[in-house]
Amino acid sequence: MLGWELPPHNSGGLGVACYHMSKALSLSGAKIDFVVPYTAKHPGIDFMTIHGATKILPENRYMLGAYDIYNDKTQKSADGLSSMRGVQLQYIKFVEKLIKKVKPDVIHCHDWLTMEAGVRAKQVTGCPLVVHVHATEFDRSGRNNGNQLVHDIEYNGLMMADRIIAVSGITKNIIMDKYSIPSNKIEVVHNAIDAGDLDDGYQYDNRTYAYLEALKDEGFTIVSTITRFTIQKGLFHFIRAAARASEKYDKLVFLLAGDGEQRDELIKLAADLGISDKVFFTGFVRGKQWRDAYSVSDIFVMSSVSEPFGLTALEAAHHDNALIITRQSGVGEVLNNIFRYDFWQEDVLADQMIGIATSTALRKSLTENVKKEYTRISWSDAAKSCLAIYNTAKRSLAV
Amino acid sequence: MSKRGIVLYLHVHQPYRLRNYSVFDTAINHDYFDDDKNEQVFRKVADKSYRPMNAMLAKLLDKHPDFKLSLSITGTFIEQAQMWAPDVIDGFKKLVDTGRVEIISETYYHSLAFFYNKAEFEHQVKIHKDKIRELFGVETSVFRNTELSYNDEMAKWAENYGFKGILAEGWDPILQWRSPNMMYRPAGTKNISLLLKNYKLSDDVAFRFSDKDWASWPLSADNYNEWVNMAADNNSIVNLFMDYETFGEHQWHDTGIFDFYETFVGKWLDGENNTFYTVSGAIDEFEPVSEISMPYTVTWADTERDLTAWTGNSMQQEALHYIYALQDDILRTGDEKLIDDWRKLQTSDNFYYICTKWFADGDVHAYFSPYDSPYDAFLYYLNVVRDLRYRLHHDHHTGGLNG
Repeated sequence: MLGWELPPHNSGGLGVACYHMSKALSLSGAKIDFVVPYTAKHPGIDFMTIHGATKILPENRYMLGAYDIYNDKTQKSADGLSSMRGVQLQYIKFVEKLIKKVKPDVIHCHDWLTMEAGVRAKQVTGCPLVVHVHATEFDRSGRNNGNQLVHDIEYNGLMMADRIIAVSGITKNIIMDKYSIPSNKIEVVHNAIDAGDLDDGYQYDNRTYAYLEALKDEGFTIVSTITRFTIQKGLFHFIRAAARASEKYDKLVFLLAGDGEQRDELIKLAADLGISDKVFFTGFVRGKQWRDAYSVSDIFVMSSVSEPFGLTALEAAHHDNALIITRQSGVGEVLNNIFRYDFWQEDVLADQMIGIATSTALRKSLTENVKKEYTRISWSDAAKSCLAIYNTAKRSLAV
Repeated sequence: MSKRGIVLYLHVHQPYRLRNYSVFDTAINHDYFDDDKNEQVFRKVADKSYRPMNAMLAKLLDKHPDFKLSLSITGTFIEQAQMWAPDVIDGFKKLVDTGRVEIISETYYHSLAFFYNKAEFEHQVKIHKDKIRELFGVETSVFRNTELSYNDEMAKWAENYGFKGILAEGWDPILQWRSPNMMYRPAGTKNISLLLKNYKLSDDVAFRFSDKDWASWPLSADNYNEWVNMAADNNSIVNLFMDYETFGEHQWHDTGIFDFYETFVGKWLDGENNTFYTVSGAIDEFEPVSEISMPYTVTWADTERDLTAWTGNSMQQEALHYIYALQDDILRTGDEKLIDDWRKLQTSDNFYYICTKWFADGDVHAYFSPYDSPYDAFLYYLNVVRDLRYRLHHDHHTGGLNG
């Protein structure tokens, strides 16, 4: 398996999804060699062999993030891309050597970062190639064109793949529409969540966000989003909806947990709209702060312009949040007991936030019903689908 | 010895659906209903069901002197028909003018007022009676409540009101060894008869007719006639109660439902000693064989045969509580538009759209609603209720904005 990150060295959901999928696959009997581009320890991962392709330490990696966008216009990003390309080339060389030793039955690669290595491994070994798409350049650039080189790598990887796994119907449609791949080559395997993994003795500490707790005691409702502040996430619409909602109902506060290139602009927008005192920016959160952000929150909004899946929504559901999710987010395909809106519908989002904040029955119904719903989704079912795809890939190659 | 008879009863209803009424409309726009959608639905169902079915019923009445039926037509249906398809009302008038089509009483607004406010309930029964008299020139004498909901208390109310009959579901756990094909007397009453729906034979047509997974699909008029003949012992009735929209809307024309029913009626009447009764005709012909008690409310809905699809979750309960809590303040204003809006909001469909049981079971396809989800339905309803409060407060200086 060719990936770019695994917890705890992940910058987002890609690493989490790779971790859970690998774990569930190994529980179903698969033997996995997992290649990452850095060298580090992964405590708690004993169900597969992890290979570091370079000597780079994850904390020292420069522009290695799975989510960074490469915009040719800025010198810094261009440098970033060139160093990223350097790492990718080392990664490919490493994989070429490794596959001669481990002799895989199937090569499973994740996103554009490792697609070239996957294609190379297929050429060398003749093994079937499964390309797993967690996000495309089209998603990362907020439905704009993004970087042409990345597009080309994606296109080539998708063409060369024997089978493609898309994390949602939305992603499958993008692969069909934007990369002209035929429908019958792509299967949807939704990401999942193992509720058990979140029941790890965690207890909410109401001192983490003590000020927000004090506001809740005064009858305020906390609306949160926990994400990277990039164009993909549609946060300007979210802030404008927050302002619209505040015109009608003054007991809402908004928690934006995370960080990213849009942070300063978001702070400025909140100020321009006169709601700075209602919007809380935490910076990047991890571990307990991250869990507590879900816990302090009443309503979780996924405002993404293009979200292949959106695991954070399931995590928020686990922490008793009512969910509001854009129709452009794949996680909506596995949930019914949620509010939906199109990412540009700021008034609709505002209406839904106020509705939940002002009706106990609505809030309770949403949180209780979605909780019943997400517990039915499991990684072990996802792994079963994945194994079936491996078998199809092997058969199609044998023909 | 009386002839064995089918008591065919069809329920005609369309609600006023709410538009996607947002918090940004509250206190600004007071037009709650989606006129375009309501008109569009009405015209579609008129073409698919009301017009062809009325024509077929007229033909059957013309052809068979023994063919009879009963109809319940809600006030919200009549208003919309008058606006968008007045010929449909004329069609119903023609049927009633034969003297062999009886109109049944119910609440004008197809509401659940009986369970929340008796005075309001009686008012809605009265204005429905008045409307039927005005439009069709007939008096109603048999009662059915919304969704065929029924309990002993309601039967007593209907008796005191002067009705001679009332309709309910013939639900096995209540009937036990007893047959639904007999006339009964509600427990604790003296002068009122109870007709019980034969749900098996009714639902064969209403729900299963076009179900290709059903063992008896495709159902022929011969087979169905045989089943009804078997059910109808001598000296008994078979109560076939269903939505009028079964014909052409729930079961589309191309399923063959119209031809099937026309043929079936002919075949049934070919049988010796077979006839049709209106609900009143049946009550006049058959004495109740025994008393039946239903202390708890029974309806014709879902496998539970209760009101949970309307009142089962906390959002529905909140919505019902809010709307009925406004009664005194609203009525006191004398503001006809406000009162009419408030009453239209009592239509049971509004609460049905908020039902979450299919969403919770993952059976989303069973959710029939103009909205994306029950949560949307509740949100719009909530925003409208707040606007009612605003109008009370702002226009009439009464009530609080917080319910």
